[in-house]
Order: sequence, then C-alpha cells, then structure tokens
Amino acid sequence: MSYLTDTTEGVQHLLMGNEAIARGALEAGISVASGYPGTPSSEIIENLARVASPGNLYVEWSTNEKVALEVSAAASFAGLRALCVMKQNGVNVASDFLLHLASSGTRGGIVLVPCDDPGALSSVNEGESRYFARLLEIPLLEPADFQEAKDMVKWAFELSEAIKNVVMVRSVTRLSHASGNVIFGALPVSKRLPAFKYHGSLLDPDCGPIISLLPGMPESKHTPQQGKIREAAQLFEQTPFNAYEGPKNPELLIVACSVASLYGREAIHLLGLESRVGILKVGTTWPLPQQFLKKNLSKTKEVLFIEEVFPFLEEQVKILAAEGVSEIGMKVFYGKHSGHIPSVGELNPDIIIDALSKLLGLKYRAVPKSLAGKVEEATKACVVPPRELSFCPGCPHRASYWSIHNALELDGREGFVCGDIGCYTLGMLACGFNAVKTLHSMGSGTGIASGFGKLKPFGLKQPVLAVCGDSTFFHTAMPALVNAIHHQSPFTLVILDNRGTAMTGFQSHPGLPVNAMGEEMPAIAIDEICRAMGASVEIKDPFDVEETQISLNRLMESQYGVHVLILRQACALSPERKTGKKYEMLVDEAVCVGENCGCNRLCTRIFRCPGLVWNKEKASARIDEVICAGCGVCSDICPAGAITRREKV
Amino acid sequence: MRCLLRYLSGRRHYKKGKSLIMGVGKLPREPFNVIVTGVGGQGSVMLSRVLANMLVMEGFRVTVGETFGASQRGGSVMSHLRISEAYTWSPQIPKGCADIIVALEPIEVIRILPSYINKNVLVLSNTRPIYPVGVIAGESSYPSLEEIKKCVERLVCKAWFIDATDEAVKMGNSILGNIVLLGALSALEALPLRRSFFRDVISEMVTEDNVSLNLAVYDRGVELIKQDFDFRV
Repeated sequence: MSYLTDTTEGVQHLLMGNEAIARGALEAGISVASGYPGTPSSEIIENLARVASPGNLYVEWSTNEKVALEVSAAASFAGLRALCVMKQNGVNVASDFLLHLASSGTRGGIVLVPCDDPGALSSVNEGESRYFARLLEIPLLEPADFQEAKDMVKWAFELSEAIKNVVMVRSVTRLSHASGNVIFGALPVSKRLPAFKYHGSLLDPDCGPIISLLPGMPESKHTPQQGKIREAAQLFEQTPFNAYEGPKNPELLIVACSVASLYGREAIHLLGLESRVGILKVGTTWPLPQQFLKKNLSKTKEVLFIEEVFPFLEEQVKILAAEGVSEIGMKVFYGKHSGHIPSVGELNPDIIIDALSKLLGLKYRAVPKSLAGKVEEATKACVVPPRELSFCPGCPHRASYWSIHNALELDGREGFVCGDIGCYTLGMLACGFNAVKTLHSMGSGTGIASGFGKLKPFGLKQPVLAVCGDSTFFHTAMPALVNAIHHQSPFTLVILDNRGTAMTGFQSHPGLPVNAMGEEMPAIAIDEICRAMGASVEIKDPFDVEETQISLNRLMESQYGVHVLILRQACALSPERKTGKKYEMLVDEAVCVGENCGCNRLCTRIFRCPGLVWNKEKASARIDEVICAGCGVCSDICPAGAITRREKV
Repeated sequence: MRCLLRYLSGRRHYKKGKSLIMGVGKLPREPFNVIVTGVGGQGSVMLSRVLANMLVMEGFRVTVGETFGASQRGGSVMSHLRISEAYTWSPQIPKGCADIIVALEPIEVIRILPSYINKNVLVLSNTRPIYPVGVIAGESSYPSLEEIKKCVERLVCKAWFIDATDEAVKMGNSILGNIVLLGALSALEALPLRRSFFRDVISEMVTEDNVSLNLAVYDRGVELIKQDFDFRV
C-alpha cells in the first residue's frame, strides 16, 4: 500500500511537492483525477493512479489537457470532487473550455493544478499560467512549501464549493519536483453519490442545466461570476496562507509568493537582516486580499517583489497601492520593473541576496575572494568539458534521425523536418544531426508541414517532413493530419512510435492496451487511423537503418498526398528494453584503424552514442559496457565493419 | 589541516551521540547542505531520496531540490539536500554553502565546486567517468582522473575517490554505484546515517529479493571508507 493513503492522522512523511498535492486531493475526498503528462506535473496523476480503485477514485491520462478538464468538469457537474492536472503549456490547450467552465460555474469542488516551469528546465518556454486566472476571473492560490501544497489543495476544494467555480492552484518545478516533510491530515471515509441535476431553470446554479452564457445576456452569468471573485477575496482576508514574518516596521518589505518566499527567507537569514527586513508571503495571489495587503504595506515605505516568471503579483499590488495611496501613503517599489529582479529565468536565493545587497548597500561574497582565486588557479589545469543534452544510449530516435539525416542528404534538395514536443525535440541538436528546423507546440509540426506542402505550387522545391511521437499524435497531431489529407498537402509525417509517453515517464496513451490505473483497454492503432483518414502508411523498425532510409527517400520523391511512416521501436528506458541488452557489441581493434580509416571517425564524431567512446591511446572506437544498451545500430554505421554484434542468449 | 580537524571533531561528535535521540546540536551547521551530483540515468535522484528518507526517520526536516526532466537525457544533474532541526529551507542551496558534495561522476565535482565551495566542504566521488558526447566526438577533452583528484584535493577540506561503479559491477549491477556511495557517505560519519534506516527505506523501494543485495552493496561502501581511514591511521 502506498504511504499516500496512510490513514494515521498527524504522521509525517517526506513527500515530493507533487505527492503533497495528490495527498491534499485525497484528503479532500476527490472521486476523479485527470490530466495529460508534462514535466513538472506528471507525478500527481501517477501517484493518484496507483491508489485508484473502482467506485472510489477514477484516474485517467486523457488524450489532451482540454479533454482532461472536460472529464473532471463532468464529475463536478454530478456533484463529485475532481482534480485536473497539467503543465503550464497544457493550460493553453485547455483554455478554450476553461473560459466557458469559469462562466458556467461548477458544483462539486473542482481544482485545476497547472505546474509552471520557470527557467524552462524541462520545457520549450517558461510560460505563465497565472494570467489565465485573472483573464478568466477564477481564484488563484500559490503554495510556498510542501505542507502548504497539501493543505492548500485540500482547502481549494472547499473554496470551489463555496463559490461554485473552478479554483486554480499553481505549482512550479522547484515545488513539484522538490521534497519535504509533510504532516498528514485525515482521509474522508464516506463518498458522495453522483447525480447530474438539470430540471431547474436555465440559470439555477444548483439544479439547472450547466451552460456557459445566455447569448446576448452577459449579465446572466458574468455578473454572478464576478460576485464569486468578490466572495473569494473576502475569504482570502482571513486565510493563514497569507502571513507576515519580520519586525514591526521593517526598512524594506519583501512581498513574495510560491517558492520565492523560501528564497527570500534564506537571503534574509544569510545576510543577517532579520531585524531590518520583513517578508510578506502571499498565498492567495488572485483576487488579492486587499485589506490584509494594505495593512502590511502600511508598515514601511520600500517594497521589493520576488516572484517567478512575470510581475503578476507586483502589478496587482501596485494597482492596489495606487488606489489606496491616501490610506497607506506613497511607496517605492522594487522588483522586475525596476530591474532588481530578473525578468527571465527562475529565481534562487543568490538572486535575492544580490537584490537585497544592492538596495541596502551591503557587501556579500558567496565565495570569499581568496578562495575564488584559488579555485580559478586550480581549475585552469582541469577544464570541465560541457555536457550537452543527448539521446540515451540505445534510443530509437538517434537511429530514426540518422536515417532521416542521410535520406535528406541523399535527396539533396535541402529538405527539412518540422519538429514537435517530446524527447525527439532534441533533433534540433547535434545528437539528432540538426535535422529539426521548426519547433513550437504539441502537434504543430504536422500543422506547419501541412502549410509548407501547400507552398509547392508557388515553387517551393524542398521536401517536407514532420515528426511526432505516439502520444503527441493523439494529443493534437490528428486534427492537423486530417487537415493535410483533406487538402492533399504533400509531405511525409514520420511518427516516432516508442510505445508510451516516454519523456515524462511512460504514461499510457490511447495507442496502448492499458490505462493510467493499469486496467486493460482497447488499443487504438495509429496506422489504422491514418489509413482510415486517407494517408498511405508504412511501418518500419528504425533500428533497420537501411530499410528506413530507402522508405524515406521513396516517400520524399512523391509529389502528391500525405504519407505516414511509422518508425516503431520501444524507448531504451522502457521496462521491456531496460531489463536486458539484445546484443553484445564488440569493436574489432584489428579492423578499426581509427584516424587512418578514411571514415573520419563516423561512429564517434557524427553518430555520437554515449555507449560508443573513443579510445585515445589505441586510436580506435571502444564500447563502454556499462553505458551501451545493446541496440546493435552502430554495427550498421561503421563502414569498415569493425563493430560487430552478437545476439545475447 | 584546520578544516580536517574540524571535520574529524564533527565525526567524533556523532560517535558520542550514538544513542541518537533527536535533540538540538546534532548538526554541525544549520542547515546542513548536501549536494548529490552526477549524470542523468546514474541514480542520483534515487540516492538523494533514500538519503533524505533516512534523515527524516532520524527526526530531521529535510528539503530536497532536484533537477530532472530534460537533464535526464545525458545532462548533468544535481540534487540539493537541506537538513535542518526545525525549518523547511529553500530547495536550492545558496552559492558557497555546500557542506558535502557526493558525486556519481568525477568531473561533475569540478563543474559545481567553483559555485558551491567553502573552506569546510567534503567531497565523496565515484571514479568512473561518463564521457560527454562532445568528448566522444573529439570537440572537447576530459581531464584524467589524476588531474581531477589533484584539482579537488587542492581545493577542499577532504576528498574521497572510490570505485563505486566498478564495485557495483563486481557485485552484479552497475546502477548500484549510487548505493556504494551512500554506504561510503554513512562511514564518513559527517551525518547520522543508520544502516537499519537504510534497510527500512530501501525495503519500501525495491523488491524483496533485491534488499539483501542493496544491503551488501551499502556495506561494501562502508568498507571502502574504513579501509581508507585504517590506511591513513
């Protein structure tokens, strides 16, 4: 049994932020949880799926974030509690429905947890989900630590039911993917029975049909929605999630939210400023608790905002301070607008130390000058090589891009790949032979390729390829593919089918015979869908580099219609491949003559698999047994036949 | 030398406190900061999780900050452990504030040392290199283990280099290099780490038949450090 369902009240466990969020939802008595995988959010649904049971808790990986929110909304409409989870980019996908949900209102408590990624540590942007809360007029909570992540999520369900609307709880990477001590509360014993009531009038919030808005009558829904936001603001005045720590009248007041509060506290501690600087942690960042903030702003003249990514809190508080200037007096504000806090990238304690040092005229050196000089001297003789991102040893994407790269070279018309979101995004780097030339959002590679294809009558001569993974195919590539087939846009879609949502940790998707909870489900075959849509379809094993390349070149020759090439091979980290190597790889040192071969070290210089290293002393390639995954592909790369493979028994 | 004395006095401090009832003053510094570094896929997340859970069982408040996701694909990874008597500290260790650096890959020590170094820092490192693809491709070069050792030993209070992966390979599975290092870390006695807590924590994480292997590997790590101490005495 998972410790997440520990029924001992008051027990303490070390929980990852995402586990704390999951526990909070369990303590709130959720019946449904849905989401789409995306770092740093994935572990919330994964952990809930592990403790799911029929009739008690239903958990699903939906095909995309919009569908996930719709699935959770249905539970709320039937009076049950539901949690919906996604990474920040997912909120963009879900936003169309979210706008209407915020307007229609909800019944059972429903909480949307977006996990933002300041610094884009595992994302292709550092987008913000918080502005959606303001745009759509729904309450926003931001936990600052692990205990609060659990407690706040639990409370968010109460709030959602009090105001009959969806509530957003925003996490960030450094909370979701960090761990800390969490004290458990009680788990509810009784469950609610679902019933969707619709016999009341159109505008009855409890028993009527649930609709977004009566056309032409914005006051029918928009007025009550704004009333809900005012109600939330009232509740926020009293919550312990907003708290002040520091002297009665500080020289400087830090206003912080999320993990930035921890960075602020750390900076105050390291600089010994406990008697000079206060910190105001705001947990309810939209709508603002106005009286609470005014009371605390009155304590001082100078205010420093620390938050990630955009100056969301900073701008709201400045409006409040301008409106309330007669009550609280003139203030001087520092933060992103003043340049004291950077506008790009994630924060850390050192950035806050810098800002405080500048504002208060302090001198602080993290590493004393003498020691820093010693380090500089010592590391001169020991230069650290950069460690760029690469595909894992035995990754099917390396083999796929090898064939794509060679096929494009052989074709010779400056063809290119429209990229997509997944591990294979790295196709824009040297490890993917720089094949990928456009990269945007989920599914957009296929849509962009569809557009490029229609430029051929204008004289575009370059062949067009798109790539997408198996999970991305279901997420948003399908509508783009339908578009391309309907409009007969000539290009080839290469589906890199590695049998799971690999980058985020092998979550299930509709193409697999299993759901999030491990139950058997009908697998929906990608090749059959593509054929039914009207594309020509071929399936190849990317580890067969020769066959793959022949197919690619043939398909690129075609001037008409959409071709789908499915390159199917399980991810090297998948449970099925991780257990053992298929081949034992050997380099015959007698055959590999290194620099004298004429191959110009093709295997190590170009193919760049971490399992195949260069032995400087012997001037030949060498297999690193500990790292090699035994996929066998490098034996087909070596023109001299020096790398051989032997099937493992 | 002075830092070594301070380190050794810290060691004795724990020997005396073997009754291990939680109380104030069990940490040489508040908070005590451990960095676990390595390359994606080496098991650094697992190592930091096990270590953190052992310390929570000991009664500490622990915060662990991790970098993974894209970094899993052959990039450098780092976990930051903040060990405290009372507080939840930030998931990122401030620069210049590492107390111990545990490295699953040797060059990663030198990658992070300039940022996190202070005069008391201890280093425990694996010896087995994982070459970056740029090194494999001949675009950059990787210093020899001797050069790395020399550089680290010049800068830090005390450093141990052990063949963690090689020992793990000998015992049946290269991935257990992380547990060799954990056993070694416990033998440094810079932190109160109990073998029985390791057994409890690892039993929750691996299948039953793997528990004894993990314990044996942990013990091997302890031995490697004890040998080192015996040799020096």
